[in-house]
Amino acid sequence: MNHSSEIKNWYLKNYELFENSLNGDRFSSINGLRKEALNKFSDLSFPTVKDEEWKYTSIAPLLEHNFVPSLNKKTLTKDQIENFLFDDLESNVVVVINGHFSEELTSLNKIPKGVEISSFAKAISSNSPLVKKHFSKYADFSKHIFTSLSTAFTRDGVLIHISEGKIIERPIHILFITSSENEKLLIQPRNLFVAEKNTQATIIEHFVNINSGVYFTNTVTEIVVGENAIIDHLRLQEENKSAFHIGRIDIDLERTSNFTSHFISLGASLTRNDFNARFNDEGGECTLNGLFLTEGNQHFDVHTLIDHAKPHCNSHEHYKGILDDNSRGVFNGKVIVQPDAQKTNAFQENNNIILSKEALVNTKPQLEIFADDVKCSHGATIGQLDNDAMFYLKSRGIGEEAARAILIHAFASDVIKSVKVIPVRNYIEEILADKFNQPEARI
Amino acid sequence: MLEIKNLHASIDGKKILKGINLKINAGEIHAIMGPNGSGKSTLAQVLAGREEYEVTKGEIIYEGKNLLEMAPEDRAREGIFLAFQYPVEIPGVSSTNLLKTALNEIRKHRGLEQVDAMEFLSLIKEKTKLVELDQQLLSRSVNEGFSGGEKKRNEIFQMAVLEPKLAILDETDSGLDIDALRIVAKGVNTLKSKEKAVIVVTHYQRLLDYIIPDFVHVLYNGKIVKSGGKELAFELEEKGYDWIKEVKVVQVHEQV
Repeated sequence: MNHSSEIKNWYLKNYELFENSLNGDRFSSINGLRKEALNKFSDLSFPTVKDEEWKYTSIAPLLEHNFVPSLNKKTLTKDQIENFLFDDLESNVVVVINGHFSEELTSLNKIPKGVEISSFAKAISSNSPLVKKHFSKYADFSKHIFTSLSTAFTRDGVLIHISEGKIIERPIHILFITSSENEKLLIQPRNLFVAEKNTQATIIEHFVNINSGVYFTNTVTEIVVGENAIIDHLRLQEENKSAFHIGRIDIDLERTSNFTSHFISLGASLTRNDFNARFNDEGGECTLNGLFLTEGNQHFDVHTLIDHAKPHCNSHEHYKGILDDNSRGVFNGKVIVQPDAQKTNAFQENNNIILSKEALVNTKPQLEIFADDVKCSHGATIGQLDNDAMFYLKSRGIGEEAARAILIHAFASDVIKSVKVIPVRNYIEEILADKFNQPEARI
Repeated sequence: MLEIKNLHASIDGKKILKGINLKINAGEIHAIMGPNGSGKSTLAQVLAGREEYEVTKGEIIYEGKNLLEMAPEDRAREGIFLAFQYPVEIPGVSSTNLLKTALNEIRKHRGLEQVDAMEFLSLIKEKTKLVELDQQLLSRSVNEGFSGGEKKRNEIFQMAVLEPKLAILDETDSGLDIDALRIVAKGVNTLKSKEKAVIVVTHYQRLLDYIIPDFVHVLYNGKIVKSGGKELAFELEEKGYDWIKEVKVVQVHEQV
């Protein structure tokens, strides 16, 4: 038996423990899907670089560990949470520790009636019709081994339901905190956000950790953006440099809905994130922006798919990468314009800056157009910091390090500026400034 | 203030400067003229510290220090300023940000306090007036989408803010209309003082109607082939550069 199958068997063996820990919940309505996903997981193999979708990302380092599904709840103090909050942001804070929703640390303010923000586990055990209707409907596990792993072990995470016409003024800041010592935990938060007709909300998924041990986050988020709903989504990935992060977000866009996402990725030794957005009706708008910073031996991979299944929809995508040392980056963005999807506007761009000789990025923007009355463009660039600009700054008395910081900041600035939540934008600016020692000079 | 001795420089193995000798004292304005390709811009870039140029021989002493050993940013902090022939566009960096960072780095180097936002804004206001630059341009990315004239005026504006000891203007007059030319000249003349010196690199005599040089040097084929007072500029304007080439040949013969 090869190593990859051994690891698979390890997770299969752990399923029994997982199932026992469910108690009564094992009879819930989603258990059939869990079982189905488990069977799928058993049938599928872990991908290798021979798989087209994983061509530039080897998960071999991930398969070196036997990760243990996180079955037990853990508590943290309020102080431990404080550090992860954004300055000057009045938000609804939702805390998920090691994949388990924390009722004690979650604090919701000014949530209108008709809005539910709760533990996914609770929704499962109460046989929530929402779960029944939407769970696993968008994130297809049949071809994706990590999604089947998530679905089989579905236990907890965050459920957000915004009923028709409701607006949540304060951003919902979901803190996914991992606190593991040497347990090598497998953390699998499973989330479902359903925004009904005419709703609006900002949702921040923020991945952090307290200890520096090795662990594996495998998370799936399904988002339904109902008719005329507006969702501003942010994912900020700051896991520690020995963690593994595999994420997946599936977005269902209904008529004239508007979904914006910013994926800011800084952490983890290996990151792979898949975004799948599908326009299921006319007039939708989808923006997928991202910024990733890698250094050391970090590996970052983002795959996006925007499916223009219906006419009159707009999509914009802009990803920027800043790669240093021996790090690797992968951008694979696909836009499909289906035969019906006339009057589609789809724009996609990926720009990367390489700061060292050893860093490497593979970029593959793809457009597949089957309609004839559309406006689409895509492009990718990979470059270094502009020598002329460097010399210009230095000739004005600005030192090497500061000049570098200014140019890196300038490169990232258009993506950062498109982040609508100002305190989060400031936070990202601070991270950049700290990382590259930019002198204080903004006015 | 500045002494260039037997300076040789090349780029990509191609020899451009072939023995420049030049002495500049504080308070003086020197014009360096010459036909295209004679090495004028190379000299300006070497003075500012552009790494692509390799100095193969000779030395440059600036205020008693070996200039060639100094990084470009240190030269700037010590008071050297180059107004670029082709100012660089830097998307995403506002002129304000660049200037405030530059000013503070220079002040830090000189042991002065950082300027606060209010002081900086009033300084900017004063200097933009001097060079008649629309202050709104400063919130835009450096030189991005600027007209040719705006770029050149922006260089002079930066010079006015940073107040260098030795300013080098590399063909700042090229492509400017007469009004812009006057503005550039005003900027330079305002800077002029007993402690400061200016090198005006130009192809045309026109700018020298407004900035009166103390000395004019003619650069040809990597060497200064003739030096004189401001009347030399008029002579060049009248006769063109061809007679200089002949002068040079004569000099070469003399050396042999």
